[in-house]
Amino acid sequence: MDTGNTAWVLTSAALVLFMTPGLAFFYGGMVRSKHVLGMLMQNIFAMGLVSTLWAVVGFSLVFGDGGNGWIGNFDHLFLWDVTDLDGDIPGMAFVAFQMMFAVITPALITGATADRLKFSSYAILIGLWSILVYVPVAKWVFNGWILDMGALDFAGGTAIHINAGVAALAVVIVVGNRRGHGKEPMPPHNLPQTVLGTGILWFGWIGFNAGSALAANGIAAQAVVNTHLAAATGMLGWLLVEKVKSGHATTLGAASGAVAGLVAITPCAGFVGGASPLIIGTAAGVLCYLALAIKEKMNWDDSLDVIAVHLVGGVVGTLLLGLFADTTVNDAFDGLFYGGGLELLKDQFVAAVVVGAFSFAVTFAIAKSIQTTVGLRIDEDAEYQGLDQSQHAESAYTA
Amino acid sequence: MKIITAVIKPFKLDDVKTALKAIGVAGITVSEVRGFGRQGGHTETYRGAEYQIDFVPKVEVQIVADDASTDQIVDTIASSAATGKIGDGKIWVADVDRVVRIRTGEEGADAL
Repeated sequence: MDTGNTAWVLTSAALVLFMTPGLAFFYGGMVRSKHVLGMLMQNIFAMGLVSTLWAVVGFSLVFGDGGNGWIGNFDHLFLWDVTDLDGDIPGMAFVAFQMMFAVITPALITGATADRLKFSSYAILIGLWSILVYVPVAKWVFNGWILDMGALDFAGGTAIHINAGVAALAVVIVVGNRRGHGKEPMPPHNLPQTVLGTGILWFGWIGFNAGSALAANGIAAQAVVNTHLAAATGMLGWLLVEKVKSGHATTLGAASGAVAGLVAITPCAGFVGGASPLIIGTAAGVLCYLALAIKEKMNWDDSLDVIAVHLVGGVVGTLLLGLFADTTVNDAFDGLFYGGGLELLKDQFVAAVVVGAFSFAVTFAIAKSIQTTVGLRIDEDAEYQGLDQSQHAESAYTA
Repeated sequence: MKIITAVIKPFKLDDVKTALKAIGVAGITVSEVRGFGRQGGHTETYRGAEYQIDFVPKVEVQIVADDASTDQIVDTIASSAATGKIGDGKIWVADVDRVVRIRTGEEGADAL
């Protein structure tokens, strides 16, 4: 048992946990005031439901040794008989850390489907999604055939961001656009909340990425620096292109760019060094801003830009890792720019496509099934009234 | 009796209140309102999407006064709320049929 490593992983679990309420405020500030509790609730509810599912069956299906690269087993139902990792950190530290990943991943979807999901149906959606989509993808990427194939994902560029980003798109296509979308303005009701949430996300992301080293070592330290620098340059990249294209550097732009940089560095965090995090962050800030145009062109009401930030940011990071991976930082693979040829880039591409395709197909099927049985969407009156009153019988702001 | 209603720029409220107190006005009622006139709104940008904000925040001031002091009150508001720029607002005056002071039951001019 290494107490230093254990302390860092336990600390990181707490940091990653904090990201979900951070995400709640990041999103909550961007919706209209009549929907803000609905948004906060969807996020914190994931902490309740997904944590429970993770303990009952999720962990075992991802990290139980099923003897294959596709799915785990039932040896660790209810976290029974979890063994220590290589005698280094307690198995329970790893359980706690991975549980927080499982919690935040479906919560990312809520930004795309804001203001229109029926709460009970949302609960079914993320419950099924956690088991049928997150579990297999996490298995393949962190502990299965995608890892064995040679694709790298330090902290979840494919397993978390591409996965959730594509799932968000699938649910948006099934559930449809918000009523009034494109006709009436739906500006953010409280950007200070969004900035607060951004700060919490940025802070927690240090644990998300550097904790993924599963050790208190040089790779973890490199991941801290990489994570922070990608957020910084993501902000600068977004603001630069925003200023040129729309005339102002906005607060929401600074927040969005930082998150875009954080998303893109996630798969790369412990595999790159030098100037690479600056390049990856800047690229994410610029490309994610430009990707905002996708939803307009396709008429997808991805309300809070989960596609532009998480899907596109995840793809940018996953593919750039194929160029910038450096074995002097972490003895895994070299990318194209470090003499490793095209091999890693090809594997990264395959990982991104497979995760995206699987996530889209299964998420679409889940959403469609819920829609045709118990319904996925609130009715028109409830939508105009707002999630807060119609779903939760509460109001966020009383005079 | 008349009711004088003025829609003014929010940052002029203190000037208007001070000027009205100086001429002996005993009470005013203030509401935060939104509206549009010739001033028009402004544009806000969120993640590259432009929103035209048509409704501009204004403050509405209401005063019930006897007929004799109405013109002086209107003139006082007009001069204290003026900036000379578009969007200074409007003042209008209407007749009031009945006024009651709730505490005492007094009516008419006694209730003002």
